[in-house]
Amino acid sequence: MTRRRTLQAGGAAAAALALSACGVGGQQRDPAASEDYWADKEQTGSLRFANWPLYMDSERTQLQQFTESTGIEVDYKEDVQEAASFFGQIQPRLANGDDTGYDLMVLPNGFELAKLIELGYLVQLDHTRLPNYAEYAGESYKNTAYDPGNQFTVPYTSGITGIAYNPDYVDREITSIADLWDPEFEGKVGMMGDAQEIANFGLLLNGVNPADSTLEDWQAAAEKLREQRDAGIVRAYYDQDFIQPLTNGDLWMTMAWSGDIYQQNAEEGTNLKFVVPDEGATLWTDNLMIPYTSQAPVDAIELMNFLYDPEIATGLTEYIAYITPVPYAQEVMAEWADAEDGSERGEALREMSESSLVFPTEGDYQKLHNYVNLEADAQEEFASLFHEITQS
Amino acid sequence: MNRKITPYALVLPAWAWLALFFVVPIGGMLSLSLTTGNVITGFQQTFAVGNYVDAVSTYWEQILRSLFYGACATVLCIAIGYPMAYWIAFKGGPYKSTYLLLILLPFFVSFVLRTISWRFLLSDTGVVLGPLKSIGLVPEGFALLNSATAVILGLAYNFLPFMILPIYAVLERMDPRMVEAAHDLYAGRFQAFVRVILPVSLPGVFAGVLMTFIPTSSDYVNASVLGGTHNTMIGNVIQTQYLINNNYPIASSITFVLMGLLLIGIFSYARALGTERVMEVHA
Repeated sequence: MTRRRTLQAGGAAAAALALSACGVGGQQRDPAASEDYWADKEQTGSLRFANWPLYMDSERTQLQQFTESTGIEVDYKEDVQEAASFFGQIQPRLANGDDTGYDLMVLPNGFELAKLIELGYLVQLDHTRLPNYAEYAGESYKNTAYDPGNQFTVPYTSGITGIAYNPDYVDREITSIADLWDPEFEGKVGMMGDAQEIANFGLLLNGVNPADSTLEDWQAAAEKLREQRDAGIVRAYYDQDFIQPLTNGDLWMTMAWSGDIYQQNAEEGTNLKFVVPDEGATLWTDNLMIPYTSQAPVDAIELMNFLYDPEIATGLTEYIAYITPVPYAQEVMAEWADAEDGSERGEALREMSESSLVFPTEGDYQKLHNYVNLEADAQEEFASLFHEITQS
Repeated sequence: MNRKITPYALVLPAWAWLALFFVVPIGGMLSLSLTTGNVITGFQQTFAVGNYVDAVSTYWEQILRSLFYGACATVLCIAIGYPMAYWIAFKGGPYKSTYLLLILLPFFVSFVLRTISWRFLLSDTGVVLGPLKSIGLVPEGFALLNSATAVILGLAYNFLPFMILPIYAVLERMDPRMVEAAHDLYAGRFQAFVRVILPVSLPGVFAGVLMTFIPTSSDYVNASVLGGTHNTMIGNVIQTQYLINNNYPIASSITFVLMGLLLIGIFSYARALGTERVMEVHA
């Protein structure tokens, strides 16, 4: 949404300058072997951290705690507005081996992360420096499908893509993805514009697990999504701006991210409902990673480790209301709620520690699927198939 | 000697600027539009003219739609902007510059924010439709937001000042005695407008059309904020192909197709307007 035109112009200019009459050379590099990379790296006492907006409280409490405990200063920048444009911003610099301006960054499991790994632009993590991660990360966050063995990334926070609906307008309980295809809601249904998100819903509707999907599955899913669009059921395809229309009744139901709905209900007193549909939903994860041109990798990996301290993870979750990769935070939060019993904050903590949106149950996790992982060539095919739906 | 060089020296920075930041990237884009490959393996120059065929055959609908939306928004800008420019130029009196400032005032707010605020205006229960629905003038299910109408309205709103200013500039310079002379020659108010004021102001309209039609046709913000299904403009496609799919060859070739179409449109428009003005002189 808030993409800067300068970025486009800059990208174009950079692309043009990188051009010669014989095209652009391959940009893949071999990732440096883990032990060689870390052998000569020293702590510098400061690091630059690129994150998404509203992904930490305005006091930056966790970073203050980090500085108190380690003496490392953090320059925190809310510079990631969208994975694709952020990738476009750092890719030319990484291709030249230049500093990106960041030592630590947060990106979701998606095509951009796959490209960064494939291009060899991320530092292989030295897991001996991540004891908290080894001890406290939940099992499903220890060997993620998009980064086997978590060689390059560790999860920052996760969320569910499910269905949100506004009970002021919808007079029945919404339980399934098929409800998004119900002609009764013509012109009142929101879908996401992101190729992977929307593809997953088409796949799940057809009973296909996204992670194992094939080209035939994609085509069948695209067909279903096209029918839904051409029947006039879809009002529009949204990036991340579905909350306002859902609140004021322009949308009655929409694909949505769990934390956004939780935050909106907690802050605005709305009564929006969020469901993990019967057919299942997808679990996405935003990950911490270090670009290979980082100036302070040691400081960055220390912060990674620090964020896995259960007390710290709990504080972070209290503000952002997404799913923490540290399951033990639920117990810590319940303890905090007991300690603050009777106060407003105690109430909020109690409610959150019992919410399946923030701490999904085992049963919920059973219904949550991973995204499909694709190499660059297949990504193109996949994206054009689904952009044809959303960019009609 | 010096006198001969001075004008060139003065214009040199502008030329250098254009050469470096316009010609070089455009040349690069042109070369890029003929390559094949992907961002991982790199793009090889294969003079793949097929990129252009792909671009047009896949996106002809969005291209035509963009030109259509741009044309609608431009016409709307003339309809709203011309009377406004006329009024400020002839009736503005001592407050002319205040009125102009008011017209420019929206530009003090971010483009994206201004467009998003239209969502609140056009929402199903918003400022416009809410009252109309409550008095029963408009059926309950009627929607404006996420439609072609909303996109065109947004485009017209965002680029209106670019139409008003050039028209105002021309009318403001016009000698009011020309109108008096027309009246002396028994022209009524309408006649005077059609035969005298309008022809004189046409260069302003022409400039205004260029300054609205080109950016509205290639805009992508309005369509993504105010559009729904089947409202995608070619700007959205370029943005997606370039920044999301990293498909630089296709993105570049669409860009050149759009540029070509806009240039053809503008030249034929200039020709048409030119001959009209020649006919005016002969009449």
